Amino acid sequence: MLVLVEQSLNGLQFGLLLFLLAAGLTLVFGIMDFVNLAHGSLYMMGAYFAATFVAWTGSFVFGIVLALGATLLLGIVLEYVALRHLYGRDHLDQVLATFGLILFFNDAVRLIWGPAGLALPLPAWLTVPVQIMPGVSYPAYRLSIIAVALAVAAMLYVVVMRTRIGMLIRAGASNREMIGALGINIKLLFTLVFGLGAALAGLAGLMQAPILTVQIGMGENILILAFVIIVIGGIGSIRGAFLAAIFVGMIDTLGRAFLPDLLRKVLSSAAASTAAPALSSMLIYLLMAIVLVVRPEGLFPAAKR
Amino acid sequence: MKTAFWLAGVAALALAQPAFAGDTIKIGFVSTFSGPTAVIGNDMRNSFELALDHLGRKMGGKPVEVIYEDDGQKPDVGKQKTEKLIQSDKVDFIAGYIWSNVLLASLKTAVDAKTFLISANAGPSQLAGELCSPYVFSTSWQNDQTPQAMGLYMNQKGVKSVFLIGPNYAAGKDMLAGVKSTFKGEVVGEEYTVWPSQLDFSAELTKAKNSKAESIFVFYPGAAGVQFLNQYAQAGIKAQMPLYTAFTVDELSLPLQKDNAIGVPGAQEWVNDLPNAENKRFVEDYRKKYTGLRPTYYGAQAYDAAQLINSAVVAVKGDTDKKDAMKAEMEKANFKSLRGPFKYGNNHIPIQNFYLQDVVKGADGELSLKTVATIVKDDQDRFHDKCPMK
Repeated sequence: MLVLVEQSLNGLQFGLLLFLLAAGLTLVFGIMDFVNLAHGSLYMMGAYFAATFVAWTGSFVFGIVLALGATLLLGIVLEYVALRHLYGRDHLDQVLATFGLILFFNDAVRLIWGPAGLALPLPAWLTVPVQIMPGVSYPAYRLSIIAVALAVAAMLYVVVMRTRIGMLIRAGASNREMIGALGINIKLLFTLVFGLGAALAGLAGLMQAPILTVQIGMGENILILAFVIIVIGGIGSIRGAFLAAIFVGMIDTLGRAFLPDLLRKVLSSAAASTAAPALSSMLIYLLMAIVLVVRPEGLFPAAKR
Repeated sequence: MKTAFWLAGVAALALAQPAFAGDTIKIGFVSTFSGPTAVIGNDMRNSFELALDHLGRKMGGKPVEVIYEDDGQKPDVGKQKTEKLIQSDKVDFIAGYIWSNVLLASLKTAVDAKTFLISANAGPSQLAGELCSPYVFSTSWQNDQTPQAMGLYMNQKGVKSVFLIGPNYAAGKDMLAGVKSTFKGEVVGEEYTVWPSQLDFSAELTKAKNSKAESIFVFYPGAAGVQFLNQYAQAGIKAQMPLYTAFTVDELSLPLQKDNAIGVPGAQEWVNDLPNAENKRFVEDYRKKYTGLRPTYYGAQAYDAAQLINSAVVAVKGDTDKKDAMKAEMEKANFKSLRGPFKYGNNHIPIQNFYLQDVVKGADGELSLKTVATIVKDDQDRFHDKCPMK
């Protein structure tokens, strides 16, 4: 029972981290109708900025705030210089261009920071396990990921659903020309949305960095999961991304945690331990396939246009 | 018509040319030069180049040409690159191979073409056993050997029970099988993770923690080793469940693992401070040539691969068509290995010592690996009986 609690926390934490990445992706994809494969590169840049700034300033929190600002700025510059010329093109052009950006960022990082990767060490107050209930202790840092991601989710909800900017974003998504005709600077709006998406990706990258390593190409594997999540959740829907991310995180973690033991009841031990990791990594794609068959729009599609 | 005839003639000549032993010794080197594990490939290339420098960039009086190819850590790509090197570049030797799955995919191409393949790292059990070949030599180990040594060390320490975690691919299975074959205590649990995409080990660490095992054994090469140690440290179980490793802490991962690696023992056949003249020269010259970098066991094995190839070429005075003579020479292991004692078993896998290494902080505050003890002497892999070569 206690194991289940702890594994659920693992799943929740992983899911919320995926949400940070998927939220930016779904904003850009759903609202701007723009496929951004370079989202994973922004995730990587966030981690590299954080590792650099934390080392420079010597303060974890201050370094992370600087890194967030830097990723936001990078997103805005990227949108202004390269991506805004692609909005009118079809998705294939966008995929090609942003794939090129992945290669560009990977090699830029190799030039600037070298191929070996960086470490982002945690301050001592985040490395201790915390007793959350009798018999269950959980790493403080993973708890802080859960807290930060929940706060971001709440903030996003308020911004998009309750503020004027959010209203404009939603309006811009449903009819770009009309909102432009009403005198709203839609270009500026999209630049801001892209910057926000970039900052979210950067946040995911730098939150993940102390658990994993900061390395070239770190955003590529995880980007696939982010795409799976926005497909399951419904493209453009933040609420969908939130629920789908938690769903995917849970399935992935609980699958890894309990599938091997279940399989061992049916198969020989050796066969089970080989098959289980393969099967559990298939589960989320299976889920996506089922969702696509039953509800092609995703579980929580954004409001109809 | 006439032109076509001439063209055909020229083409035939061009194709026929490399069949004669050339004026250069051509070596193909397949390793990983892109992606997160490129640092390993770079270290192997650096060391291989250093070995060529030490050899005057000549073998048996002939200049050496090395063609480096990137396998991208993918078996299919590694196989293609191997085919390209053998079939279109017509290399005399092919060396490298970090990953067991890449080597297994590429093996048949080399063996069928009767091109000598020197594995400078990968050592899948099949290679030592049923798939052993007269044309294949290793300058590393069979995968099981290093974790077997770790199992022996854990027995010496009186460890009663262990939880095993490793990646789900050829080497991962060999490693865990290796530690199980020598460890006398109880194996409480065994978990495999998706390789190389899974980087978060929270579910496995939770299981290990709740298994009430006395210790954990892991095998996570490259960046995954950094990630595992980060997460192990954050889980705060270092005091209750000490960690034992194989190929998880090395000179490449140490700058990223930092203090997390202190007190984490590992088994290895080569450590940078092994006291023989060749090794001292290797480590010194490496650090001189590649400032800011330290050589790793991957590099030491690549260096030995160059020396092994050189011994064969020298024995036939550069006539690389004399394959039988080269094979006979290589079986003698007639070169000074960086790790000291080194000889070949019937399956062309080294018989060698394994050492216990630990991480120490130097006076300058820099972390480095240090030999603590010899765990096992003249160890031979446990698959050599399955190899048909006697």
